[in-house]
Amino acid sequence: MYHKSECEGFQCEQRMLEESLGQENAQTGLVDRLVGWLRQRSLFVLAYGTGCGAIEMRPLMTSRFDAERFGIIGAPTPRQADVLVISGYLALKTLKRVIRSYEQMQEPKYVIALGSCAINGGMYWDSYNTIKQLDHYLPVDMYINGCMPRPEALIEGFAALQKKIGRGEPSGFKRYRENIDWYKANQRRVLGENMPPDYTYDWYHAGGVA
Amino acid sequence: MHAIVDSLAMIGISYVMGFLFYGFYRQFNARVQRRWGPSLWQNFFDNMKFLLKTETLTHGPMFFLGPMIIAAGAITTVLFVPFLKDSDWLQGFSEHGNLILIIYLLVVGPLGNALAVGSSGNPFGVMGVTRGLTRLMGLEVPFFLGLALVMLQHETTSVHAIMAAQDGLAQWNLFTNPIAFIVILLPFIASQNASPFDVVGAPVEVYAGPRVEFGGRLLGLLMTQNMMMTVAKLVLVVDLFMGGAGNVPILILKAFSLFLLTASISLVFPRLKTEQTVDFFWKVPLGLGVLGVIATVWLPWGA
Repeated sequence: MYHKSECEGFQCEQRMLEESLGQENAQTGLVDRLVGWLRQRSLFVLAYGTGCGAIEMRPLMTSRFDAERFGIIGAPTPRQADVLVISGYLALKTLKRVIRSYEQMQEPKYVIALGSCAINGGMYWDSYNTIKQLDHYLPVDMYINGCMPRPEALIEGFAALQKKIGRGEPSGFKRYRENIDWYKANQRRVLGENMPPDYTYDWYHAGGVA
Repeated sequence: MHAIVDSLAMIGISYVMGFLFYGFYRQFNARVQRRWGPSLWQNFFDNMKFLLKTETLTHGPMFFLGPMIIAAGAITTVLFVPFLKDSDWLQGFSEHGNLILIIYLLVVGPLGNALAVGSSGNPFGVMGVTRGLTRLMGLEVPFFLGLALVMLQHETTSVHAIMAAQDGLAQWNLFTNPIAFIVILLPFIASQNASPFDVVGAPVEVYAGPRVEFGGRLLGLLMTQNMMMTVAKLVLVVDLFMGGAGNVPILILKAFSLFLLTASISLVFPRLKTEQTVDFFWKVPLGLGVLGVIATVWLPWGA
């Protein structure tokens, strides 16, 4: 029986991208860790209710599971948010808006992909209108799998992200900056002529200095 | 040298008191809603996180100068409010200022806000500013009338002299002039952006109100000045109505009890609409203020 433990072909692209950043052996200094420790205590979440996973964000944020005790609180606008939560499948039409929201966020920013639809397409695997793997279009920092993950699982995912931030490791937004050509090519492949306007990533044209 | 150390100490104390008070407010709010709520330090972490973020927005020079104007207004207000009574320390430049100057400084914040948000061109931000300035129209008249009542009662504009006149508990303006206290308290709650008069930053309704376009460092600066301004206003009301404070623990105790009163009021009342807010201010506190002026100035048993 054919059993595949390694990636093959285009599936390896993502791993090759991440290897170039050397995330495992990242040298983090004292200042990096102090800043990370301050940052991990406060995460403003832009909950982008793309799919059915949005239903699990409500109990997480309200009295029952009370994410505010971990410093996780909803942000009203992308400008003020740190974490973009993609909750479920992404239609092509939604993907355009999500990319634009992500590029409007101020760095450092993180992406949490929620549910199996954002990981491999899930039950929308052969849909003509949804993307299968979110990581080809936006740099995902943390996956929470399940269909749908319960609020407990979400809290665990957020805690794992906080630990990652606390160690001061380089995260997805750096990957996005360094491999912007690859991400934009992928986005262009599915969106075609309908690409979002480019003034939300104008640092790309300014040579990465803006 | 003394002035520099003193100013830095005032700024530091107002910042620390600010984030601890707001942290307490968030925890208090959470307990009322039967949840645990964030830690006491949460506002400090939020603020530090925003100050450590990047800011890549460009909306012209006014967008950057606006928060600077607001922050400068807040720091100046802190420096012109005497924190302690009969002390060389924590006085700032209050020797050279008086209540009239403080009234002018209180308006710098909303004006800087309007300048910055207007240049960002965000419709949600403009909506927030419009609501803010409409509410300001409602709350300023009773607020200044209340301050005028206190100035009339003591026949001076000096905060030091008003503090010195309130020796014991029985001489507190809170007890000798309760009408002025009520007239000031309601606009005071509104100027702290607390419910039921929180229509300006109304979450869910207008997307964070005037601050919708700010993220990163500028938002961090706005949070910092907001916390400092809150403490400056609390200390001003403590000075005017609760006899000031002889040392820092007493100051924190008095400011905290006042904060607890306003927080408790804002926890139980839902948000009013903009026109309801203005209607309320022009009826209840302003009516009381006019009655207070009549009682103080024209009636024979007045002062």
